[in-house]
Amino acid sequence: MPEPEQPGQTVVVAADYFSSYSVVGLLAVVGVLFVTVAFGANRLLRPAVPTPEKLLTYECGVDPVGEGWAHTQVRYYVYAFLYVIFAVDSIFLFPWATVFSAPGFGAATLVEMFLFLGFLAVGLLYAYKKGVLTWT
Amino acid sequence: MNDALDVALRLLVVFVVFLTFPLIVGQAEHKVMAHMQGRLGPMYAGGFHGWAQLVADGVKFAQKENVVPAEADRRVFQLAPAVALLPYLLVLLVIPVGPGEGAVGQSVGAGIFFVLAVMGVGVLGSLMAGWASANKYSLLGGLRTAAQLLSYELPMLLAAASVAMAAGTVSLTGILDAFEWWWLPWQIVGALVFFVAGLAELQRPPFDMPVADSEIIFGAYTEYTGLRFALFLLAEYAGIVVLCGLTTVLFLGGWHGPWGADGLGWVWTLLKAALLAFVVIWLRVTYPRLREDQLQKLSWTVLVPLALAQIALTGVVKVVIS
Repeated sequence: MPEPEQPGQTVVVAADYFSSYSVVGLLAVVGVLFVTVAFGANRLLRPAVPTPEKLLTYECGVDPVGEGWAHTQVRYYVYAFLYVIFAVDSIFLFPWATVFSAPGFGAATLVEMFLFLGFLAVGLLYAYKKGVLTWT
Repeated sequence: MNDALDVALRLLVVFVVFLTFPLIVGQAEHKVMAHMQGRLGPMYAGGFHGWAQLVADGVKFAQKENVVPAEADRRVFQLAPAVALLPYLLVLLVIPVGPGEGAVGQSVGAGIFFVLAVMGVGVLGSLMAGWASANKYSLLGGLRTAAQLLSYELPMLLAAASVAMAAGTVSLTGILDAFEWWWLPWQIVGALVFFVAGLAELQRPPFDMPVADSEIIFGAYTEYTGLRFALFLLAEYAGIVVLCGLTTVLFLGGWHGPWGADGLGWVWTLLKAALLAFVVIWLRVTYPRLREDQLQKLSWTVLVPLALAQIALTGVVKVVIS
């Protein structure tokens, strides 16, 4: 039986855990500074002579037809669904992955895993049968 | 005080690596591609075999005019290169290059999780650029980027999950501590899936349909000039460094080497990553660009099933030996 954790202890552990992310945060600040300084220095170095022709949207050198945000048919929305379902599923793999072979789990988690893989495989097969995964 | 100095030093090293390694990979690409195609590549800048070519390119980029099309969504357009670039800087911080606490910028408990999540943000930069440019080519490029992200993120996640299962931890340093040489053959399928999916996520040839310079004129980057375009290029090469580093750490044993040289762990990491970077360049020279439907097909009908099979294999072996 492990000792019950003291409230103070938990706070320290959490602080340790997040302190590693404070370095990540610092690096993010460094990165943002780098980009800001680069853009600032660039502003001093570069010429700025805009003409209406320069600011025109590029379209092979001819005047652009219609507007850039053209209506297009996004053909992959079906497997966008597929992706969202699968990705959410596989996120839950990670916490499971760290404990599944711990003593006392063994066979049970393995059966779970095959159930999980089975579901994904059937989903993929279903999408395949439905013709989502064939393109013309 | 010492702690602060230590952190500052680590940040500095990571930052310098972030600024130099992508250029080294870029220069290697110039030269390797050239020699594979029977050319010499850049020979002039800097004197010795054109070593300073990319520095010269950088100077040129910094002096070029910055054109934001009148139709574009100005703020998003200007912000996009930073969004594409900075995630790779953050990922470099957590990749361990040698054994122990001293050889990693900062070990983060959620390792793989953190890395995959942050790398996903990088793709947003291309999406922002594609949409904000208000250009038909860019829009096409952006849509293709989105399609590619959707299909290749999944095999990448699954392959990484297989390693987490093998090691019993998601921490990158923890994975390397648990590594044994026979993981190489055990996880080889996962390694291939991860590497290929990573290449596709970086939109490197032969998976460069979203940028396809000869068809849709660099896709999302069509309207970019000067420094902002340079930052997108830097992001691509920083992405190669990160992908090679991650594949090395997850699948090739990182700092473990055949003779177990303790002090030389970082040499092994660099060597393996460099070898992978060479393969990335090699693939670019070797294969023609995949068509959009071939891209999708490869992911959904080959990589995802392979990754699932790898997970099954990892699970069975792990339970049997424990």
